Amino acid sequence: MSLYRDFTRGLWKENAVFKLLLGMCPTLAVTTSAENAIGMGLATTFVLVCSNIAVAMMRKLIPSGVRIPAFIIIIASFVTVVQLVMEAWVYDLYKALGIFIPLIVVNCLILGRAEAFASKNPVTNSIADGLGMGLGFTLGLFILGAVRELFGSGAILGISLFGGGYQPVLLMILPPGAFITLGLLLALMNRCEAGKH
Amino acid sequence: MKEISRLLVSLTLIAACAGLILSLVENVTREPIKEQRRLQMLKALSAVLPEFDNSPDTDSVTLQNGVDKKGKPVEVVFYRGRKAQQLVGTAFKVVAPDGYSGNIEVMVGIEPNDNLHGIEILSHAETPGLGARIIEPAFKDQFKGKSLDNADWRVKKDGGQFDQITGATISPRAIVKAVKKGLEFYREHKAQIVQGGKQ
Repeated sequence: MSLYRDFTRGLWKENAVFKLLLGMCPTLAVTTSAENAIGMGLATTFVLVCSNIAVAMMRKLIPSGVRIPAFIIIIASFVTVVQLVMEAWVYDLYKALGIFIPLIVVNCLILGRAEAFASKNPVTNSIADGLGMGLGFTLGLFILGAVRELFGSGAILGISLFGGGYQPVLLMILPPGAFITLGLLLALMNRCEAGKH
Repeated sequence: MKEISRLLVSLTLIAACAGLILSLVENVTREPIKEQRRLQMLKALSAVLPEFDNSPDTDSVTLQNGVDKKGKPVEVVFYRGRKAQQLVGTAFKVVAPDGYSGNIEVMVGIEPNDNLHGIEILSHAETPGLGARIIEPAFKDQFKGKSLDNADWRVKKDGGQFDQITGATISPRAIVKAVKKGLEFYREHKAQIVQGGKQ
């Protein structure tokens, strides 16, 4: 039961993108299309689950005085592994995500979960937490990417929806579009949540 | 003192483990990555050259083309595609430094009669949906059959004959300029490129 709770918490109640506002750098930068958003989300999920497992396994061995540098070493190692593996076997995705793969290291969502959850909980719960948080992050990126791609190029996942006559709102796929979309989505969500109480 | 040495030892151990794992992974992925880069190169070469039956990535000539900002020589590698020993085309990479964001790398393929056979965008960081549309065939295909003598090497907006992309003139303009420069360099050194450096 608590495993299930750990898993679902990250999906919505503490969603990294919409509720915690963590990891904003990749959120704003790679969400120009839904496809990029999914690729980035899944790569981050993988690193998050791996680092949660490693941190949870070693949580009793890592002295609290050096826990932050230790976490960073663990996270950076997994990111490098992901980067090498992607370059070797999924080259197209590797090229599409470019510089944002090494930048997964500085995604504070991952360090945040290592510090707040994995360093205090057993391995199984940490896996559930990492999966939930990672998939929640992927979901957030996907919504943002889909909205921006829809207005910015009239398509979702490369499938054109509005037909050829649609004049794309270019602003949406430029950097300001990321801030505007995120702001409007947050406002909408806050409004809905406020209505419930 | 004891506490500090405990911290030191544990952090060192963690770093050493991480280093060990990374070197293992690097070892395993080294060959596939090399192979991927070669495949990528061959894919680009077959996109811009007529059908060939040799391996152009090993049949190459390297020439020097000026120096960069730091004074280091800039090398251009010319890959020669052959069919039944006959030269069918030469491919080389040009870099357009004045794209909208960062360098655009373009592979250019030239037939022995000096006409372009095709171009392929190797890497770019242009805006998705705008400048990034330079990778679409509609843009790339208009270079087919063009040469220095039969085309006006400017985008239509500047009075030339290459289509720009709606909302993005900078990226096409940069590519047209870079390809033209590449063609000029090729023309000046054609003898060396075609004959030179027998392997």
